Amino acid sequence: MKREAIKDLLYKIADDQLILGHRNSEWTGLGPILEEDIAFSSMAQDKIGHSLAFYTLLHDLGEPEPDIIAFSRSASRFRNSQFTELPNGEFDFSLIRHFLYDNAEAIRFEKLSTSSYAPIAKVATKLKGEIKYHVLHANTWLRNLGSSTEEAITRLQNSLNTLMPYALGMFEPSVHEQELIATGIYPGEEKIKAEWLTKIQQVVAQTELTLPDISSLPPMLGGRAGQHTKYLQPLLNEMAEVIKIDPTAEW
Amino acid sequence: MTLEKEAILRLLEEVKDPEIPVLSLVDLGVITAVDIAVDGHVTVNMTPTFAGCPAMDYMKKDVEQMLARHGISHFTVRMSFDDPWNSNKLTEKGRTALKDFGLAPPPTYDLILDLDILEYATCPNCQSTNTTMRSPFGPTLCRALHFCNNCHQMFEQFKPL
Repeated sequence: MKREAIKDLLYKIADDQLILGHRNSEWTGLGPILEEDIAFSSMAQDKIGHSLAFYTLLHDLGEPEPDIIAFSRSASRFRNSQFTELPNGEFDFSLIRHFLYDNAEAIRFEKLSTSSYAPIAKVATKLKGEIKYHVLHANTWLRNLGSSTEEAITRLQNSLNTLMPYALGMFEPSVHEQELIATGIYPGEEKIKAEWLTKIQQVVAQTELTLPDISSLPPMLGGRAGQHTKYLQPLLNEMAEVIKIDPTAEW
Repeated sequence: MTLEKEAILRLLEEVKDPEIPVLSLVDLGVITAVDIAVDGHVTVNMTPTFAGCPAMDYMKKDVEQMLARHGISHFTVRMSFDDPWNSNKLTEKGRTALKDFGLAPPPTYDLILDLDILEYATCPNCQSTNTTMRSPFGPTLCRALHFCNNCHQMFEQFKPL
């Protein structure tokens, strides 16, 4: 049923944003330089704002209030990719995840801005401008650090090798894939993935880094079906700490 | 009590961006429509600058309080993406206010927001265009950090979007 397909799409998009937004916020106060502290904190704010926009669309379709959706589900009911829930690691790790994620997100928003489901198209039309700043930030750092010192290049390459299978997990097809494509709501993960690969390859080619050969990489799937790493539940517990103590608290 | 649409807009001119107190919400471009029904019910439609902007809730409350303070008892203030914000919605008056406040206003653009526009800024101190973006993220979601190569000062720009 079309409604279920739309809900599934909204959940996976919003959950990715909420979880990565919280991971980004963990850099607040810890960024390697002040500008990066501010950048990751700003991106956290943006991403959580984006998730709110999509959770609001879910609420319009009969799901609970955005705060309830965000803070009351256990890990197995989250539809984010495992990619977004991994701990931040060191700055190179967070930077590579940011680069791989936001280049995909920009393509996703561009495609969704012409979705046949008008409420999604409206939100995506708005957000596709905002995400350009995330992409600009990621690509600039990748170009600069990816062709700088040996240590920077080695660190980034290691993180790229570790994260690539997880990044491919973003494109795990849903059971509603064909229906979403046929109805013009979403062009499907394969299409987004193909454009994403071209895009990230263009940037990586301007550095000393090498994109791993994805034909021999098994993607880390499962997140879209509620299968998560051991890192998600502790993150959710932390996110819901206030609402669990006092559900009526305003903060 | 009923008011004309123009009178409502004049009231909203008095509501300022909490982070840029010289800029009215009307000049910021976040008030997308004001409708007065035959029964006098006032509907104000608003749209966020950035979806994650924490100031939007305050702006909405400020609008509600301003309407209530002026004796309008039946009103609805709606926040939606129906008519989404972009930086071209900033009025000329708003741009001047930003400049006077020390923030570079965003350049206007046609249709496509490309990289050249994102990185372009005119220094609000010396008007030079020989500037470099230092970071796309500044003290608030709507500001970027730039450096002026002419007067050697850092400055903030209200981001084009």
